[in-house]
Amino acid sequence: MEKQTIEQLESTASQVRRDCLRMVHAVQSGHPGASLGCTEFFVALYFNQLNHDPNFKMEGKGEDLFFLSNGHISPVWYSVLSRSGYFSPEEMDTFRKLNSRLQGHPATEEGLPGIRIASGSLGQGMSVAIGAAQAKKIDGDGSTVYVLMGDGEQEEGQVWEAAMYAAHWKVDNLIATIDLNRQQIDGPTAEIMNLIDLRAKYESFGWEVVDTLLGNDMKSVVEGLEKAKNMTRQGKPVLNLLHTEMGYGVDFMVGTHKWHGIAPSDEQLADALGQLPETIGDF
Amino acid sequence: MEKTLDLKFNYTEKKDTRSGFGDGLLEAGRKNPNVVGLCADLIGSLKMGAFQKEFPERFFQVGIAEANMMGIAAGMTINGKIPFTGTFANFSTGRVYDQIRQSIAYSGKNVKICASHAGLTLGEDGATHQILEDLGMMKMLPHMTVINPCDYNQTKAATIAIAEYEGPVYLRFGRPSWPIFTDAAQKFEIGKAWKMIEGTDVTIFATGHLVWEAVVAEAILRSEGISAEVINIHTIKPLDEEAILDSVAKTGCAVTAEEHQYNGGLGDSVSQTLARHNPAPVEYVGVDDSFGESGTPTELLEKYGLNAANIVAAAKKVLARK
Repeated sequence: MEKQTIEQLESTASQVRRDCLRMVHAVQSGHPGASLGCTEFFVALYFNQLNHDPNFKMEGKGEDLFFLSNGHISPVWYSVLSRSGYFSPEEMDTFRKLNSRLQGHPATEEGLPGIRIASGSLGQGMSVAIGAAQAKKIDGDGSTVYVLMGDGEQEEGQVWEAAMYAAHWKVDNLIATIDLNRQQIDGPTAEIMNLIDLRAKYESFGWEVVDTLLGNDMKSVVEGLEKAKNMTRQGKPVLNLLHTEMGYGVDFMVGTHKWHGIAPSDEQLADALGQLPETIGDF
Repeated sequence: MEKTLDLKFNYTEKKDTRSGFGDGLLEAGRKNPNVVGLCADLIGSLKMGAFQKEFPERFFQVGIAEANMMGIAAGMTINGKIPFTGTFANFSTGRVYDQIRQSIAYSGKNVKICASHAGLTLGEDGATHQILEDLGMMKMLPHMTVINPCDYNQTKAATIAIAEYEGPVYLRFGRPSWPIFTDAAQKFEIGKAWKMIEGTDVTIFATGHLVWEAVVAEAILRSEGISAEVINIHTIKPLDEEAILDSVAKTGCAVTAEEHQYNGGLGDSVSQTLARHNPAPVEYVGVDDSFGESGTPTELLEKYGLNAANIVAAAKKVLARK
């Protein structure tokens, strides 16, 4: 696939945000907040960074692989997958409905192209990504493996088992990103379980850490991913701390945990879509 | 007791089933370069050292982090690796149930979960480590194949067989030195029960270490004029229902024998099959809703009612209910 320019990526992101909101609204269920907050990341990854083939093959040999650990933000993943050609955008209309391949949380059971493992129960994705990255090393496959986690997800113990392991085994073809929106379902992370300094935590575990301070600015997100990529293959796993705002792109959703798992009403959807130009065409 | 009996199967050597796993893993690794090993700080206990030594580039020490191990194994399957994870049965199942459920079973990943020190015969370490619920937990997971071999040779053959099978597998074995009474050259067929001894009065369905106890029980019953059929159910799931129904159609009653809670174990599986197709009396030799404790394997099998004498008593009881 041809790499999109920053301007093209921004235009794609507007459509992806519309897709997320329309999916969640149609079924009155799902997680719009962090889907909107991570839109720049997903769009930058799939339309600019990843070496990937929408003609999906599970093995992904010679391709970069992406794993979503915080599976509840499935709407944004489904949108970028369909918009990059893994499946028809019309299929987004089946999101979370009976007999759909677009399950509430991503799954392989129904065979949706682009998904390599189920996720949703938190804390597991980084371990999976590490396994995939090590398998690539065994095969001499020079591709990179990416994983996205939530910041609240860092409260799961398995994440730290994986963090320790990745540094010990020098899994340096891995870029883990944390969506640092400082929110979780019950409230701000600082109140629910204080994460304090994730950079210091990961550095002390033996990781290289990149801060993407403007995680909703497309240019910064692309630069952050490129910087992270340049730090791979030097003996250490790489962490990208992506500072985002939950609900970004819609004025009444931004910066609060309240839209973590709530669907907009008809009026709210109309208000939100009015703020997001239809650039590719709604499904 | 064993020495004075006319046993249909005999042994000259005893060995732990975990060694059958270790030797089988080495052979599977030699046959297929995609076989990889992972272990959570129990290489010696799981007998994975020979594989590690011969294939260091395909072996991963994970440390005491079983949840991470299951995830890594799932990730490694994606480009075609065949990971064998090794730790105790307790830490292979209950401790990591959600990881297995989501990342392996639901995702249909080709991971071989290899679990040692299962059941009471772990012995002196006591109930914290003597898992008696693992078969039930694993058989409830869709897509999961569950195998519980009976001796060194069968465990080795099963280990080689699961490397050639595509899909998630739970392989359960143990720590004690145990009679080797099956053929060294056997071909292990997943899901195919093995009729070891023909009989007409009662069928004994046995799995794991208790298959040997069933062999002894058959000889005792025969010396008292009772003809018992002994069927080795090494694969708990998929269950060989045809073999169970064929046998019980002939004998009319059954005893199940397992080193596990019979609730959720082999006893439960056999009962469900019979209840649906051919209701017949069943007696259980298994753990009855309790935890284990410290002791020698022999003492524990006796105290918890899992030895040949208990199988004999259960056979007589079920015969009286026919």
